[in-house]
Amino acid sequence: MFRFWKVSASAGAALLLVFVGALLVACGGAEEEGAEERAAEEAAPVRAAFVYVSPVGDAGWTLAHDRGRQAIDALPFVETAYTESVPEGAEAERTINQYVRNGYNLIFTTSFGYMDPTINVAATAPDVTFMHCSGFKVADNVGTYFGRMYQPRYLSGIVAGMMTESNIIGYVAAHPIPEVIRGINAFALGARSVNPEAEVRVIWTQTWFDPAKEREAAESLLDVGADVIAQHQDTPGPQQAAEERGKFSIGYNEDMSSFAPAAHLTAPIWDWSVIYERVANEVNDGTWSSYQYWGGLEDGVVGLAPFNDAVPQEVRDAVEAKRAMIASGEWDVFTGPINDQDGNEIVAEGVTMSDGDMLGMRFFVEGVVGTIPESE
Amino acid sequence: MEADLSVLIIAILQAAVRSGTPILFVCIGEIYAERAGVLNVGLEGLMLIGAISGFTVSFTTGSAPLGVAAAAIAGGLFALIHAFTTITLRADQIVSGLTLTILGTGISGFFGKAMIGQVGPGFDRLELPVLAQIPVLGEIFFRQDAMVYLSFLLVPLTWWVMFRTHLGLAIRSVGESPATADSLGVSVTRVRYGCVVFGGAMAGVGGAYLSLAYTTMWVEQMSGGRGWITLALVIFAGWNPAKAFLGAYLFGGAEALQLRLQAVGLGIPTYFLMMLPYVLTIAILVMASRASLRRRLGAPAALGVPYAREER
Repeated sequence: MFRFWKVSASAGAALLLVFVGALLVACGGAEEEGAEERAAEEAAPVRAAFVYVSPVGDAGWTLAHDRGRQAIDALPFVETAYTESVPEGAEAERTINQYVRNGYNLIFTTSFGYMDPTINVAATAPDVTFMHCSGFKVADNVGTYFGRMYQPRYLSGIVAGMMTESNIIGYVAAHPIPEVIRGINAFALGARSVNPEAEVRVIWTQTWFDPAKEREAAESLLDVGADVIAQHQDTPGPQQAAEERGKFSIGYNEDMSSFAPAAHLTAPIWDWSVIYERVANEVNDGTWSSYQYWGGLEDGVVGLAPFNDAVPQEVRDAVEAKRAMIASGEWDVFTGPINDQDGNEIVAEGVTMSDGDMLGMRFFVEGVVGTIPESE
Repeated sequence: MEADLSVLIIAILQAAVRSGTPILFVCIGEIYAERAGVLNVGLEGLMLIGAISGFTVSFTTGSAPLGVAAAAIAGGLFALIHAFTTITLRADQIVSGLTLTILGTGISGFFGKAMIGQVGPGFDRLELPVLAQIPVLGEIFFRQDAMVYLSFLLVPLTWWVMFRTHLGLAIRSVGESPATADSLGVSVTRVRYGCVVFGGAMAGVGGAYLSLAYTTMWVEQMSGGRGWITLALVIFAGWNPAKAFLGAYLFGGAEALQLRLQAVGLGIPTYFLMMLPYVLTIAILVMASRASLRRRLGAPAALGVPYAREER
């Protein structure tokens, strides 16, 4: 009798805790359910769902996407919903499928790892429009979208190149994938276009999201003499390291100046509302058909955060001149001559690298100090 | 170059202390809980609770020490759940601990929404007079922040409590043989409750180190797996606070070292060093999974076993 009581009490207590835990984890999705109920009553013509890879609270990548979501949520004909922290893989497929079954007709999947789940679900839902961020697979009802982040990165490189005094610029890099490598190269090309003496030292943290480790990486770069720190992760850890040491920094994703008011010079940033509004309008008008969007400075999907007061006018002018050239299509960042780290010519003078080569980039340009870890 | 190298080595060791400090706090707390026979695998969740409550309080009051106190209280209260389910209800300690992690992640994320993008007051680097002037050692240990000094005090204090006081004897006996302790008039329940709650408080303080000293901000899931590393560290340290002191800096140092080697630009493959803390973790856990070895490492005999007086 006693044993029975004991076993059921433990099991009951454990179960109760699991339920409470699950409930609280689900709290992040509370807004989603509210939106669903509202939508069921009014049924807006465009019901857009967003699948996020990290919490909106990441202060970076997902926050930028959520700002875009909020922008289209304000449109009269759009209802939105979102789910945070969806693991890439089977769980993503389930989440996307759930939105389809709940009657959403436009679904944005905002991480590279959602590519196959998006394609799989899309095959079963021909009437639903899917847009997948940063991938390369398409279908009749699946398009892709991304931004030419390398363009504002090049511009921020100009700022770093002109502001550095030690000629050592630190770059806290995330994972060794082409997107990150492209960003480092564009940044280095920008820095060296105005300061051929400058070198960009790279540290890989292999994280998107560990503020303490990313800050420590920035400290390491400051220890070896870097006086400007750039980064690719979603947390402002490196910004705070630069602020505390009285050096400069370049943010990413969002204007990070609130974390480092003195250090933060500018940041290459996303404005996803550009593409989200476009797609929402097309779906509303019935004019959408599958495409691959890779917009740049000309569209405003990527840009630069406001400059710090410490940035002198000549730097702003230099940035503006290059921005105008890029936005008008007159010139782009990966135009030759471009050499790799060993001095081999990769892109010849006057030639511009193709989008395909840019998307698969796996080398460092001259002036970058560091190695690319072998990918698994 | 010679001078550069010594500067670099000192910088690495400074960083080792800095990145070892959060896990040292958590480890000390877990030593109390496990010495009393209660395994708490919910450290990751407790750290997050500490990080968000510490940040929220220091942000709203403008006082970082108040933040640390709040983190300790929140961590302790949260660990009370674990104490209640595992000691009073005698539920499975692993299940309850895992739940604590899930719960802590959810709660901290939920209440942290308002704190995103804010910068709060934190602990600045504070050079201790005289001590900081000691060559090398002074630079490594005494040019840190106040929380690091707090952890320095905690280690000998814990050792003294554990091995030189009646309270320590009671804690250890409850962890080794609760029935014997009980027959000698030690309240197993009270000792275990106290240790689990204190362990939770320390895990909270460790989390607050991340949001108040290491960085001065809140981002979701900022503990980044440090709670799990601590579980291995406790075993590595043989449930001994003095060894935990060294172990924490070893784990912290592995991370600091690999980042600095990259910064110098030597071109050493980074994956190997990057794995180091985790390889260490796995190796220790594999060793500890063998019962005979566990005994030799000094694991409390009643670790993970609920105590019921009637079944004595």
